[in-house]
Amino acid sequence: MTNVCYRTLQFDEPWTLEAYESVGGYQVLRRIMQEKTPCDQIINELKEASLRGRGGAGFPTGVKWSFMTSASQGAKYVVCNADESEPGTCKDRDILRYNPHQLIEGMIIAGYAMGCTSGYIYIRGEFTEPFARVETALQQAKAAGLVGSNILESGFDFQLETAIGAGAYICGEETALLNSLEGKKGFPRFKPPFPANVGLYGRPTTVNNVETLASVPVILEKGAKWFLELGKPNNGGTKIFSVTGHVNKPGNYEVPLGIPFKELLELAGGVRNGNKLKAVIPGGSSMPVLPAEIIMETDMDYDSLMKAGSMLGTAAVIVMDETTCMVKALECISKFYMEESCGQCTPCREGTGWLHRVIHRIENGQGKPEDLDNLVRVAKNIEGRTICALGEAAAWPVGAFMKHFRDEFAYHIQHKKCLVG
Amino acid sequence: MIELEIDGKKVEAEPGNMIIQVADAMGVYIPRFCYHKKLSIAANCRMCLVEVEKIGKPVPACATPISQGMRVFTKSEKALAAQRAVMEFLLINHPLDCPICDQGGECELQDLALGYGDDLSRYTEGKRAVDDENLGSLIATDMTRCIHCTRCVRFGTEVAGMRELGTVWRGEHMEIKTFVGKSLTSEVSGNIIDLCPVGALTSKPYRYTARAWELQQRYTIAPHDCLGSHLNVHVRRNEVMRVVPRESEAINETWLSDRDRFSYTGLKSEDRLNQPMIKQSGHWQSVSWEVALEYMLEALKKVIAVQGPEQAAGIISPSATLEESYLFQRLLRGLGCPNIDHRLRQIDFADQDSMPLYPGLKVKIADLEQQRAVLIIGANVRQEQPLLALRLRKANLKGAQIFCINPIDYQVNFNLNQKLICHPTLLPEMLAGIIKAILVKQAIEAPTTIAEQLKSIQVTEQQQAIAEALSVNQPSTILLGAIAQQHPQAATLRSLASLLAELTGASVNLLTEGANTAGAWLAGAVPHRGAVGLTQDKLGQTIAELFAEPRKAYVLFNVEPAQDCANPKQVTKALQQADLVVALTPYNTPYLQQHADVLLPIAHHAETSGTYVNAEGEWQSFAAVVSAPEQVKPGWKVLRVLGNLADLADFNYTASTEIRDELQGMLANHSLKVAKQVQPRINLAYTKHPLTRITEWPMYRVDGLVRRALPLQQAASHDSVGIRINSKMIEQLQLAAGGLATVEQAGESVTLPVILDERIPQGCALIAGGFAETEVLAESFGAITIHV
Repeated sequence: MTNVCYRTLQFDEPWTLEAYESVGGYQVLRRIMQEKTPCDQIINELKEASLRGRGGAGFPTGVKWSFMTSASQGAKYVVCNADESEPGTCKDRDILRYNPHQLIEGMIIAGYAMGCTSGYIYIRGEFTEPFARVETALQQAKAAGLVGSNILESGFDFQLETAIGAGAYICGEETALLNSLEGKKGFPRFKPPFPANVGLYGRPTTVNNVETLASVPVILEKGAKWFLELGKPNNGGTKIFSVTGHVNKPGNYEVPLGIPFKELLELAGGVRNGNKLKAVIPGGSSMPVLPAEIIMETDMDYDSLMKAGSMLGTAAVIVMDETTCMVKALECISKFYMEESCGQCTPCREGTGWLHRVIHRIENGQGKPEDLDNLVRVAKNIEGRTICALGEAAAWPVGAFMKHFRDEFAYHIQHKKCLVG
Repeated sequence: MIELEIDGKKVEAEPGNMIIQVADAMGVYIPRFCYHKKLSIAANCRMCLVEVEKIGKPVPACATPISQGMRVFTKSEKALAAQRAVMEFLLINHPLDCPICDQGGECELQDLALGYGDDLSRYTEGKRAVDDENLGSLIATDMTRCIHCTRCVRFGTEVAGMRELGTVWRGEHMEIKTFVGKSLTSEVSGNIIDLCPVGALTSKPYRYTARAWELQQRYTIAPHDCLGSHLNVHVRRNEVMRVVPRESEAINETWLSDRDRFSYTGLKSEDRLNQPMIKQSGHWQSVSWEVALEYMLEALKKVIAVQGPEQAAGIISPSATLEESYLFQRLLRGLGCPNIDHRLRQIDFADQDSMPLYPGLKVKIADLEQQRAVLIIGANVRQEQPLLALRLRKANLKGAQIFCINPIDYQVNFNLNQKLICHPTLLPEMLAGIIKAILVKQAIEAPTTIAEQLKSIQVTEQQQAIAEALSVNQPSTILLGAIAQQHPQAATLRSLASLLAELTGASVNLLTEGANTAGAWLAGAVPHRGAVGLTQDKLGQTIAELFAEPRKAYVLFNVEPAQDCANPKQVTKALQQADLVVALTPYNTPYLQQHADVLLPIAHHAETSGTYVNAEGEWQSFAAVVSAPEQVKPGWKVLRVLGNLADLADFNYTASTEIRDELQGMLANHSLKVAKQVQPRINLAYTKHPLTRITEWPMYRVDGLVRRALPLQQAASHDSVGIRINSKMIEQLQLAAGGLATVEQAGESVTLPVILDERIPQGCALIAGGFAETEVLAESFGAITIHV
């Protein structure tokens, strides 16, 4: 199996500079610094590799970076979104823990390619150990002259610092993250303007996910073609899937994009106790759920999942077996989004609570027949009308659960108990 | 220009405009809550979602910039669906108890719910309840009604420059709070009542006293500061129920100071004088107007005839209307008495002959925003002219450098690039230092008048920086505030400011007292000039002289002598010995009972028509918004009748507008030629007392009306009376902060609480004027002693 982001895992202490350098780490940076590789060339390489954002939205990274090159003179920033908070997702945590240097190298290259003066790694507040690993790695990199002023005597300056969040899911939204980084309340900003024009401290800024940035050095080392061919056209490279739920071997699996779900399930040891698969949320809790019969026929990549009616998201695969009560599952999810709504804009602030309360009632045997249509309607009313995507994150699961498992909700309402016992 | 289409209508607009701005300009209404043209864009309420061709999701009209060829649909099915959805979300946790909400009937949420809400709620879950906070005596809260539009928060942060409210918690637990549970201290806090689209923030004094549909809206001009803000007064059955701003981009924009908004609460004070009264053999009796006026006129004529015209004096409030000031001086001058003054709190009049036609602003209020450098001298800007301070804040946010020379380190709502805080006697020297810095830098010889005096002055780096900034950054402005004008060396300060202005190209602007100082000068309510500045055969004496050398007769117009004037002790002494004291006043106070002989009930500003000339010279006329009680008469009418009774010519006015028109006609035919000041009156010498009293009139003590406005007296922004002094001085004088101490001034003493105030310079104590407690004390910047 080919590892891109987890390529140091074979070592006892995979997070060290030595471990990283032994797999060729920082060689790409050295080459770029020495050759003064044109920025366009780096960005084109990423475009050709078909690297797409690993944080959830799947936006082509090369295209995103190219927005920055035309931006004005003066300070520009690259920010790593390491506020990994989507329920079910723990892939970035293991990059931070086990291969922090690759992220750092990726950030320096990103900074170089986009003409940034500094970068920040914004790390989720609860990530105590990963934070310490990144911080140590950063100090090592600085000591080695890989980060800071006049990197490797190339004349290129790039300051890199870590920042730590305070435990809000919303700060994983890139503009809320920027506000938080500025010391403000984690409220998403209205777009436009986009961060590439007005970002951190009002300067052009690009925010990338940990896995995205960590993929960059390997793409530049082995070439766009190599990376693209690991996956599928338009879905290049490997992807780390955090497989959780009712499987025998939950964990992070870095596998080529486009792997059939069946194979991924096998890697994760299959459904627990030999139970029947009921449903899978393929991309973190905010993505639409897919019933077993659809997901078993689907490949795990951006385009295939979209076609199947869901999205790859963060690639957190939540597996549910036949014993799962879908009402309870949705109640859990809806509670999360109610709690994590920032409260800034009306549909999300008010709608997430409404959704949760109705689902909670149904789960507790107090549902009414009209609740079902109402849930769909309220979710639709949130969707597309909010400042950030948390509105969709709260609405999509409801829509999908109601689409595929409406009978189970109706059963709950009618019998005031669970279909699955 | 960008061409676009809104609801099928083609329109052109400047790039950078948002959809909602263009729609507003063309009269297409898009529903909104969080959007306000004077605040930053939040786009959080989502009520203004509209459909734009080729954009999948509906977009907020307030935050979407227009683009070429854009086709906007504000009432399409998609737009309406989004707007209705948002309305439903806004209402689910809103109490929907409009009948018991103070905002009912004038609520933006209620109004829009009519158009975008459903008749039945589909929300059957429990509603959110939110704890209230006590924001003080001016603003009532009902935070359960809050729809989180954050207009109040943005107002504080952006406009007022005071971050007193913010959002705490998140999601549906989000609340608008003060963080620390304290009252609001901003002097413009009341604006959040207007901004709040729902009943979450309402006016505490007005609350539950009337319904919007019972009120009539009438227009007037604010009576407390030199800006002349535009007011809408809401009246029910001849009673002023509340005051709100009337939009005036040139003056108050959409804002109002708390003083102008809440001072109406003083209109209903219990000490209202409702009947003319005269005192005979020590006994007061109510009499008819005829009796009172004849009695008064006879007595006054007698003093003038027997004792001489110089033995009479007329003192009028700087907030009296133009018409009142004009008739007041005409009456007294008609009777032969030229002793007329309105400059209640001033001490130094050495430069009065070189004053312009009227003191005020050379720069338009709105243009203050465009200044690149501003030097404030002797002014507590936020308290004196709250809305002018907001303009300075705007200038500052656009990059203007602002400096101040003050005896007290006043809190301001903008950034001061440099502040020179000094003992009040050193204000002229501080200013002279800036002048010296310029003279030295530009190698200009100092004018002979000050050359000698400048020699001993050491120029500091700060003064150099200020000099540089005022010269380089144009336009630049010098503002002289109340403290500069009430200062014992006010003429020197004004002359130095003029000199500095000449050297730097800055303009000199005076922040005048009351609502109508400019009008009082124009009307001739000064001893040395007649109306429109006409030269007088007989020159009168200044208010300082009129009280320092007591006269036999005083006519007071809307003045509370011991609380309004610079040297209350002297004033009281003068009134005590006078044969005749006539007070035209809205109030019957124990002080007037004791010292006056005739009390004539005159109307409040709200009850009279008239004109205020603001500091920028704008003549603003208004009609009475309510009628006065039966026996209370507008001041101009009383003066007109007195003129008639005295057989003075041309006193037959039938409307106040005739008086104004007469003055305007005179002004058109005459222009004052102030002789170019040959010798600036600059005298840097000063007497430094071991302990100096600094006197200022706190913002809610500046006139009789505001002093009677109870909610303002209770406001957190109000400075209570006391001995304000720094900790070093407290130690030195062996006082205890919070305890009591006795102040002695000119043989009088008063015991007051000691208030620790580190803003006060060494060698000084701030003991405010305008309080009953301090009305025995003497001059504003005089020597005092303090002991326990």
